[in-house]
Amino acid sequence: MNLHAIWAIYVYEMKRFFRTIMESLLSPVISTSLYFVVFGAAIGSRIDQVEGVAYGAFIVPGLIMLSVMTQAISNASFGIYFPKFIGTIFELLSAPINFLEIVIGYVGAAATKALMIGVVILVTAQFFVDLDIQHPVAMLAFLVMICLSFSLFGFIIGIWAENFQQLQLIPLLVITPLVFLGGSFYSISMLPPAWQTVTLFNPVVYLISGFRWSFFGTADVAIGYSLAAIAVFFALCLGAVWLIFKTGYRIKS
Amino acid sequence: MAVIVSVDDLKKVYKGGFEALRGVSLSIEEGEILALLGPNGAGKTTLISALCGITTPTGGTATIGGHDIVSDYRAARAMVGLVPQELALEPFEKVINTVRFSRGLFGKPHDAALIERILRQLSLWDKRNNRIRELSGGMKRRVLIAKALCHEPRVLFLDEPTAGVDVELRRDMWQVVEGLKAEGVTIILTTHYIEEAEAIADRIAVINKGEILLVENKADLMARMGRKTLRIDLSGPLDRVPETLRDYDLELAEDGHALKYHYDTRGDGTGITRLLQALAQEGLSLRDIETRQSSLEEIFVGLVHEDTP
Repeated sequence: MNLHAIWAIYVYEMKRFFRTIMESLLSPVISTSLYFVVFGAAIGSRIDQVEGVAYGAFIVPGLIMLSVMTQAISNASFGIYFPKFIGTIFELLSAPINFLEIVIGYVGAAATKALMIGVVILVTAQFFVDLDIQHPVAMLAFLVMICLSFSLFGFIIGIWAENFQQLQLIPLLVITPLVFLGGSFYSISMLPPAWQTVTLFNPVVYLISGFRWSFFGTADVAIGYSLAAIAVFFALCLGAVWLIFKTGYRIKS
Repeated sequence: MAVIVSVDDLKKVYKGGFEALRGVSLSIEEGEILALLGPNGAGKTTLISALCGITTPTGGTATIGGHDIVSDYRAARAMVGLVPQELALEPFEKVINTVRFSRGLFGKPHDAALIERILRQLSLWDKRNNRIRELSGGMKRRVLIAKALCHEPRVLFLDEPTAGVDVELRRDMWQVVEGLKAEGVTIILTTHYIEEAEAIADRIAVINKGEILLVENKADLMARMGRKTLRIDLSGPLDRVPETLRDYDLELAEDGHALKYHYDTRGDGTGITRLLQALAQEGLSLRDIETRQSSLEEIFVGLVHEDTP
């Protein structure tokens, strides 16, 4: 294992993040605050409680998920797409490293960034609502898994994308709708029965539900399903990365 | 001298069926400068890319320092530095950071003294905290060289190092290459500037259409293949080549004030003695005589031309 190389990639990517620290951290803080003002204060004042939790607090896990998932994807996909775009990928390919080490470096950095953003949002939320996290260890473990698997997914998108439009395509057309419709701002029990069934096909529901369980001890679906969902998603992404590694798909001619 | 890079029947067929390398075999000795000469699309960059791990060869084998480039890629690549043709650098990064990154990528621990020495050698030390986008094209090229050198490679591939670089910087670059050679680094450079190969290479390999046409010591190549031209300045002008001199391959130049005689140094006799006697018999008065060796460029054009039906 070329640990120096993994560290070099990790540090290099983290430097990019810190170079734009204000934009990187400020924008999620601002957008989260806006969500709290709009959903928590304006709409939330009319919705009393959801499953025994104040609405303002209820949306916190969903809000964290929304930012963490989109940030993990955009950081990881940009991280590997940019060297492809400007041509510096040659250096990665000609270095004495294997694809796994490249993945660990890039995905590790993207996941770290997403995790930091998640923590910052959690801290911001404390200023708006009272939060009492019931399973803090499980919450952290869930958060780390989400950061890792969505960074992995973002990495795959970055490898696949051939232009900036494609880079935006999946986050915009797939992830954001799935997260919004995945119960970020509501409990799926609030939906009509037919839509509840449809919603169960949305994998993000299981992730948000599990994450919310770690906060409040209540969930839309059983926690076991949530754990299985994140494990399957992680395994699928690993499998795809392994395939890319075997075939050199879109990185090596 | 020991062979450091050995290429055996290396092939590369791209997905569309294009054969970029058609069984290239080549041995490169430690410490030499080999110029890989060829027209655009000859396979120069593909060969380098295959040796450095950027493209996967579809046939044949190659070793660097005895390590197979596929099965023992870590050891092989650790010995190699690559300066690509494109100025591929991250524009927002600082010079020193991008060089540190390269060293780490090659599995080496940080070495501030070494990086300082390399940056000073390439006149980049004063620019170390500049962002790449603030640098000129020539400086960017130097940053690429610094990145390639910072992990102390034994073999350096320079892909068109002076493409689009002004004359002064080109000579600077040649000096850098000479300096590296003095340190024992083996250098393989691709170029289509014949002048460059002529100026700095020890050996020259000519590649065209994915095949190596020849590999030869530069001086031997020029001596062996060199056609020479004898130019004879006449005291008075001629309106045509005299009948008695028809057997010689002569052409009239300078409005009849000079004759040019082409001959081959490879032959048993050059025919110069007989020609000079014939000129005397014809009663021509000579003002000056000059011989000129054909340049590598002419040799190269000749070779590639022969290869193209």
